[in-house]
Amino acid sequence: MTDEPTDQDLRRHPGRGPMDKVEESVDHAAIDDEITSRQEVSGFGTILRTQPFWVFVAIIAIGLVMSFVSDAFMTERNMFNITRNMAFFGIMALGMSAVICTAGIDLSVGSLLGLCAITLGLTLQAGWGVLPGFLVCMATAAVVGLINGVLIAYLRLAPFVVTLGMLAMARSIAMVLSDNKMIYEFGPQQDLFEWIGGESVLGVPNVVWVLGILTAIFWWVWKFTSWGRWVIAIGGNAQAAKLSGIPVERMIVSVYVVCSMCTGVAAFMFIGYTGSATNGMGVTYELNVIAATVIGGANLMGGVVYALGAPIGAALVELIRNSLLLAGIPALWQQFFVGLFLILAVLLEQIRNRGGK
Amino acid sequence: MSLLELESITKSFGAIHALSGVDLSIAPGEAVGLMGDNGAGKSTLMKIIAGNFMPTSGEIRIDGQRVEFNKPLDAREAGIEIVYQDLALCDNLTAGANVYLGRELKKKVGPFSMLDYAAMYANAGKLFAGLKSETRPRDLVKQMSGGQRQAVAIARTQLSDPKLVLMDEPTAAISVRQVAEVLALIKRLKETGHAVILVSHRMPDVFEVCDRVAVLRRGTKVADKKITDTSPEEVTGLIIGAIEAA
Repeated sequence: MTDEPTDQDLRRHPGRGPMDKVEESVDHAAIDDEITSRQEVSGFGTILRTQPFWVFVAIIAIGLVMSFVSDAFMTERNMFNITRNMAFFGIMALGMSAVICTAGIDLSVGSLLGLCAITLGLTLQAGWGVLPGFLVCMATAAVVGLINGVLIAYLRLAPFVVTLGMLAMARSIAMVLSDNKMIYEFGPQQDLFEWIGGESVLGVPNVVWVLGILTAIFWWVWKFTSWGRWVIAIGGNAQAAKLSGIPVERMIVSVYVVCSMCTGVAAFMFIGYTGSATNGMGVTYELNVIAATVIGGANLMGGVVYALGAPIGAALVELIRNSLLLAGIPALWQQFFVGLFLILAVLLEQIRNRGGK
Repeated sequence: MSLLELESITKSFGAIHALSGVDLSIAPGEAVGLMGDNGAGKSTLMKIIAGNFMPTSGEIRIDGQRVEFNKPLDAREAGIEIVYQDLALCDNLTAGANVYLGRELKKKVGPFSMLDYAAMYANAGKLFAGLKSETRPRDLVKQMSGGQRQAVAIARTQLSDPKLVLMDEPTAAISVRQVAEVLALIKRLKETGHAVILVSHRMPDVFEVCDRVAVLRRGTKVADKKITDTSPEEVTGLIIGAIEAA
């Protein structure tokens, strides 16, 4: 490289003469090396920097401590219970992750669980089979999600307010429809219905299988579909997404519908598991679902989503509940610790962001 | 022949005449600097070319054909791409993902259609190389300098192989070294036969990369000169009104 620096080089490094050029090229090689090695580090580093990884570490740590504290903890029965209980929240958190990724929030999921329980229960009670029941349950969820989404995307109302209103309305409709009565007659396919929600295959609760399959589907969606890519883009910069020709309003509606339909699936499994449907089901579940989502790494400012975050976050929330119980701490403390971990998760996110910049 | 011709473009918002009778033409491979003080009508003219506004009266022609832009997509389909001042990039995505945002490449795997990362990154890499930019497609935009971000925004426009690239203040708010990078990008666009309209407040940038400069003042074009026939002093005079017209 003895020739004169080109126009390009001079422009890129104004004020540098031909002598510097030699040194430059040596530098470049070194920088290139550094960049290559840094990229390799960042492949592993990327995992290290994700919240789900650290929450997973926390789960292992709590699990280790608990196995010393309580003999009952590491039993098959307890593990079965933990994974089954977390799965209902995990399924709902998968949908909530999508909403939170667009910088939105859905406070109505708990009430929607109650409403789905009633519409599903009434359908089965009227003598219909499991499939019609499932369709009614999902349709209920889809309609509620559609209303939320249209109000938020097209009328530009704040997600917090819309879904808070829906929280009250859905619960009220559930009470009206159920006439405030419990439903426990599930029609001709009652056995099948209760098997789906309550039993297990190969020693793993059915609802955990459903969570696993849905997590895999969401992982695929976030990574390999344009729907997933667009939702993430909207969370990053909705204006840019709009200018790129992404149908932002339609996408936002779809996100709320997806979130509600996840709740619909959870409701279907949950009623089968409990064997009864009341209009009070799912009260304060929005707290646990949002906590699981945020603990799993979703950023309330939008633009961040991990499919694995939902089950991992839900697992931590359930683990806290279970551990308190086994450690002999009164159940009245449970919500306190769920709330505390929610705040800690947001704090951790803040600290990591500051460190990154 | 001119690529884009504007003829007596007028735009009124009620009683306010944002533009009155503006003519402008631009040829392939030519860069025109569009200058003027705040409120002179630059953004209005930009938005008319980009299809955000319809002119109140006047004609737009592309390759001699009269066109009407009802929405930005019409302008894009006619071969006009815009690099916005705020760049319209998603910080949380990679450079390659931003280049292909909204028009992702897919491949079929069995019955499923999935994003084709390899093809998108490879093509984005080629676009960056074509712009002689060192931007790496797999880097997150969040971590990029202003100059690299410009390269991503410009690479985006190249996907549709546009005839005209409209740039709104691309060198505002970036460091001196990055300005040099962006100016190199603009020169590269010219070399590859694109027409460029550069809206800028920065006199040295316009004089470095543009072939012509058009000056707007209070909604009318007061000058349209070859860069070689004018000087920064004259253009400044025209912008602030010390020189009536040239």
